Amino acid sequence: MTQIPVQQLGRTLQIEILRHNPRDPDSVPHLQTFEVEEADAMTLFIALNEIRETQDPSLQFDFVCRAGICGSCGMIINGRPGLACRTLTHQLPQRITLAPLPAFELIGDLSVNTGKWMRGMSERLETWVHRQDLEQSDLDSLEAPMEPQLAEQLYELERCIECGCCIAACGTAQMREDFVGAVGLNQITRFRLDPRDERSDAQFYELVGDETGVFGCMTLLGCEDMCPKDLPLATQIAFLRRRMVMAG
Amino acid sequence: MHTIYTDVLVIGGGLAGQRAAIGARRRGQEVIVLSLVPAKRSHSAAAQGGMQASLGNCLGGAGDNEDIHFADTVRGSDWGADQEVVRMFAHTAPKAIRELAAWGVPWNRVERGEREITVDGKKQTIREADAAHGLITSRNFGGTQKWRACYVSDGTGHAMLYTMSNQAIAAGIPVHERMEALALIHADGRCHGAIVRNLMSGELVAYVARATCIATGGFGRIYRVSTNAVINEGMGAAIALETGVAALGNMEAIQFHPTGIFPAGILVTEGCRGDGGLLLDGAEHRFMPDYEPEKKELASRDVVSRRMEEHIAAGHGAKTRFGEHLWLDIRLLGAAHIDTKLREVKEICQYFLGVDPVRELIPVRPAQHYSMGGVRTDHHGHSPQLRGLFAVGEAACWDMHGFNRLGGNSVAETVVAGMIVGEAIADFCESPEGALTLSTALVEDFGRREARHLATISDGHGDENAFDLIRRMQETMTAKVGIFRHAERLEEAVSSLQDLQRRSRNISLRSSAAGANPELVAAYRLQRMLKLAQCVAYGALQRTESRGAHYRADFPRRDDANWMRRTLAVWPDAKATLPNLGYEPLDIMRMEIPPGWRGYGARDYIENPQTALRQEQIEAVLATLEGADPETRQAALMPFKHLLPEHLRGPNQRLGEQS
Ligand SMILES: Cc1cc2nc3c(=O)[nH]c(=O)nc-3n(C[C@H](O)[C@H](O)[C@H](O)COP(=O)(O)OP(=O)(O)OC[C@H]3O[C@@H](n4cnc5c(N)ncnc54)[C@H](O)[C@@H]3O)c2cc1C
Repeated sequence: MTQIPVQQLGRTLQIEILRHNPRDPDSVPHLQTFEVEEADAMTLFIALNEIRETQDPSLQFDFVCRAGICGSCGMIINGRPGLACRTLTHQLPQRITLAPLPAFELIGDLSVNTGKWMRGMSERLETWVHRQDLEQSDLDSLEAPMEPQLAEQLYELERCIECGCCIAACGTAQMREDFVGAVGLNQITRFRLDPRDERSDAQFYELVGDETGVFGCMTLLGCEDMCPKDLPLATQIAFLRRRMVMAG
Repeated sequence: MHTIYTDVLVIGGGLAGQRAAIGARRRGQEVIVLSLVPAKRSHSAAAQGGMQASLGNCLGGAGDNEDIHFADTVRGSDWGADQEVVRMFAHTAPKAIRELAAWGVPWNRVERGEREITVDGKKQTIREADAAHGLITSRNFGGTQKWRACYVSDGTGHAMLYTMSNQAIAAGIPVHERMEALALIHADGRCHGAIVRNLMSGELVAYVARATCIATGGFGRIYRVSTNAVINEGMGAAIALETGVAALGNMEAIQFHPTGIFPAGILVTEGCRGDGGLLLDGAEHRFMPDYEPEKKELASRDVVSRRMEEHIAAGHGAKTRFGEHLWLDIRLLGAAHIDTKLREVKEICQYFLGVDPVRELIPVRPAQHYSMGGVRTDHHGHSPQLRGLFAVGEAACWDMHGFNRLGGNSVAETVVAGMIVGEAIADFCESPEGALTLSTALVEDFGRREARHLATISDGHGDENAFDLIRRMQETMTAKVGIFRHAERLEEAVSSLQDLQRRSRNISLRSSAAGANPELVAAYRLQRMLKLAQCVAYGALQRTESRGAHYRADFPRRDDANWMRRTLAVWPDAKATLPNLGYEPLDIMRMEIPPGWRGYGARDYIENPQTALRQEQIEAVLATLEGADPETRQAALMPFKHLLPEHLRGPNQRLGEQS
């Protein structure tokens, strides 16, 4: 019969956190270790809240949905970017190191400004359906049909939650601030695939046909390896690159 | 104090807030949206199962229309809803979904030909019509007569919110992220904007606006076990309440969702049961048909949640060291279905439970899920008490859900209401009433008041800890103001909350960190959450009947004779520990469907004498209209189209009809 998994108990976790509060002129980045008694089904969401509630109320981090859906809690967990809310401590060694995602503006401790970065990316790549008649669309008539498989393919690409893990895992993004990353390129492939978007390949080329876009990728595949939603990012980038070579 | 002027201030960047913002922006108003988090991370993103709109494209939806959607919603609400609002909603929902389809949401589509479905535990083969191929499809949900929940796999809210946010970016609407509204600026019954705190720097900023719209979502986090995001703390409703003027409606109407995973409370969608999943007890017996022979697992949520708790109380739960729970079985749907239509569910089970739902059962138990109550508004989302204040989405009590919301009707409400309220906001701004007429002294006054309040907390030397008090509040609500309510426990809850309110004035902070200081945030939110919790508990204590999700074990019947009334809570005295409750009547003589049996749940209720009168009247009116078209008959009973903006009044075309 099905059982809720129960792991070994009795571990005292040592959670080492890279701390820094840029609002405080006296703050310097440093590692601080907290001890937490591991509980059943403990996630990093639970552990970090426990630290804040009982040990250090100034600790900064971001959680929203705590269900792996909203993308707020990307951080570096033992050297790898991932979503903290759905990381179970029992899958980690007793010593856990947490650091904020690199390449984003630091708000404090584990909290980074992914929102600002993503909005900038969206504005720059115009990640929305471009259509002449959007404002006048007739809402009374039957909707335009779409092939069921196409709708599913679009959703496949749209599952991206803009968590920033692919940026943190990307060699180019560490070197070039203006690289749009896998998250941006994936969105371009999504809108390119969408027949509702009237943009041509030439127009997409304008947006990503250079080193800040599709030609900046060094195909190190970090993005795809680290994507919490298992999006086929490297394949998408390779495909887009071929298309852009043809368009450019 | 730094002051920002705009025409429209929308507090909340979820589906409702952004759709209202787009509407007002298209009418030429300058709009700013505030959000605690990046807009795409708002809790709307977590909606999984679907959005109700009566398109009727797929076989299970065939024959669906606004009338059936209307009737299902009214029954779902246990006759607590405003029926005119439900009509406005059901009529506009198909337009809302078609708009989103044009804007980019990849709705799942009907595929022509044969396919296998699971109904009542058995496989069936059905055939989808050729003509429907490629139109938006829908799935079955609880409490509905038709398959009406349109979906994008089980990431419906995510897809909707991304499309909505992208369109808001396209429209050039700024979203000021990580900004928290702390107080509404108001005087003489007119709202002028808000005092806002920057959650990165801790700075206070004033936003002055002609119209202010609260779109802050639900307040599930006043409970310990909730499906809601951790930011769902109801601050929008709370700051409206703190004006002492604006009223909150039906705060005691709290929905518990049948399938929160146990024990974490993370949701797995109603789509699991809609698609054919079953509920099993500790002995792996399918128990819902024993209680609800008509709708079984697909009765409305309030009914299913109560039956589950009843069954556990009767000793049939599965026992674990965390406590007792029941099982959700979706194994029968098969790997192919789960991998495409329920993939978020699969991920949640894998990551949080270590369970593969293709092969294993999912442990579930009801968890707090939705707030039917909120800032009371008129048909256009305007507060009747505080002019210039609007509310939309889960934060509002527009009142289409009454005492129980149907699954899929909430994301539908957010966009439909956003479309309607966005227009109303623009109308207001264009009217003479919408002129900006406040004095800067008033703004400074409110700013100083908030700064003082924060300083009082920061400098406090009491011996209370904010996090500790939050936990106590949440435990009180889950233990005493849950699914089964009783005078004694409710009285205990009310007095515990009063006690917590007093204690919350004696907090001392351990940290004085520069910036927003998370401990300070917890402390001031706690004080506001306690007020909301008290509106829920005290409202529940006063309502001596059972209606929808509000179930009183000591008053188990719905009482139409005494309780065809909506609760209104106001909090005029900041130092008080209880709200003032008032009631507004629900007029049976104006209802299109007078109260009756819902088609599931208890058959036993106390009738209101007006019900029979209204029924006679309806029959008499309809008798004079024999042969008239459905629209004319409907309009003779309860006209509503005049309440909609003109461009939303047209008939909805369906498959097989001429446009
Ligand atoms: C797990 C889950 C699954 C669901 N699935 C479905 C479903 O399948 N179908 C369905 O119909 N419904 C579903 N619902 C319900 C539905 O998702 C919500 O009711 C709806 O999305 C609420 O949208 P909203 O725009 O009103 O609020 P939200 O999306 O919650 O947005 C609130 C916004 O307000 C902001 N905010 C809050 N307070 C402040 C403040 N003080 N200052 C500034 N900004 C503030 C937040 O940052 C956020 O941007 C589900 C709910 C949950 C919890």
